[in-house]
Amino acid sequence: MRESYIARNADVAARRLGDEVVIFRPDDGELFNLNPQAALVWMAADGRTRLDEIVRSTVWREYDVDLERATADAEALVAELVEAGLMRVAAEPLED
Amino acid sequence: MLYAEVSSKAAALGVPLAVHLDLTYRCNEDCVHCYLEHTGGEFTTLEVRGVLEQLASAGCLFVAVSGGEPFLRRDLFTVLESASALKFGIRLKTNATLIGPAEASRIRQFRPERVDVSLYSLRAAVHDAITRAPGSLERTLRGIRHLREEGVRVALTHVITALNASEYQEVMAFATDIGAKFQFDAMITPKVSGDRSTVRLNVPREALHSLLRDHRLLPMWEEFCKPPEAPDGDFLDGAGCGALQSACYISPVGDVYPCVQWPVLLGNIRRTSFEEIWRGPQAESLRAVRNRDLPQCSRCSHFSVCQRCPGLACMEGDPLGPSSQNCEFAAARTGTHPAILHRSA
Repeated sequence: MRESYIARNADVAARRLGDEVVIFRPDDGELFNLNPQAALVWMAADGRTRLDEIVRSTVWREYDVDLERATADAEALVAELVEAGLMRVAAEPLED
Repeated sequence: MLYAEVSSKAAALGVPLAVHLDLTYRCNEDCVHCYLEHTGGEFTTLEVRGVLEQLASAGCLFVAVSGGEPFLRRDLFTVLESASALKFGIRLKTNATLIGPAEASRIRQFRPERVDVSLYSLRAAVHDAITRAPGSLERTLRGIRHLREEGVRVALTHVITALNASEYQEVMAFATDIGAKFQFDAMITPKVSGDRSTVRLNVPREALHSLLRDHRLLPMWEEFCKPPEAPDGDFLDGAGCGALQSACYISPVGDVYPCVQWPVLLGNIRRTSFEEIWRGPQAESLRAVRNRDLPQCSRCSHFSVCQRCPGLACMEGDPLGPSSQNCEFAAARTGTHPAILHRSA
């Protein structure tokens, strides 16, 4: 997944709340809260940047974390967001 | 994740997470208990778009579009398109009388969080007497069915007054039948103009006492109605409600208030940006009030279970004082008299 392109689902509502992100899923009214590291991945998910590049340019740069560990965490996060219908993943660039 | 948790974070950061936006004060009903005055102008479509852009920029995630009856605005769907494009969670408040199949289908496309529909009874003689609009029950029920047929989430808002205090069981059963949420409100407030004639429509305290102990209405009534505990330090350090903490109200002409029930004008969005109003000295001053700053309420035996409304207190003449209606409600809830009620009686 780390070489995949990720994009926020256009149907969900989201706002920054401090250094976190709150996401509202209209299908069922569920709210999700992303911690600061997850929020960095979410905000950079423009569909044109690969996940590994996002991790390198955001989480790894801003936090004192191991790159491999940060990438693995981001992969797990993206898998959860895709499962929740909040994000899309593709081998090719996506429309934001 | 619970809304209260997000709302609390928003309040700590000073973010207006939820805004109630009235598009019009015009209404095709004339409800006996309505707190609004049905006068005044309205934003243009372009102005509404500008307001929504400002709200999105300020961090607002939820916008409740209401009125008056919002479907009397011919540009309602244009407004909803703007709200949808700006990624708001949208809640629509309506009497549903103007919702046909086509309107319901368009509403579904905007995927609102839900549509709140006012329903006072399933009997026309009761519902229409409250709306003072003959045939309104039939039109409302039709609109609700169209919404449900489209799969739109609906909440039936059941205001309990002295005129319909025995109707809620049927309305609850109807909500279950059609897969709608049921929510009730048993407090009739004065009009925002200060006219208190509507208050006489409240259910008497004895009847309210019984209502609040009906497990069908409040499954957790024993917890809700338990004797009050002395407020702890955290409670006293907190703010009373979400108004101005993480929410506010904008009128159809751009007047910004802490809440639709709190008539303290903070500014007008046509003349001053929303951000300036939200962060202005008047808003900051009201926002800074903590529970411990309320000289009477902070010493009241019932404060921890009181849902004190600062707007109602303000309308009674003392923004830091008690609201007699909340005192009455606390008395009905607990079955014991708040000390404040004794003092003010």
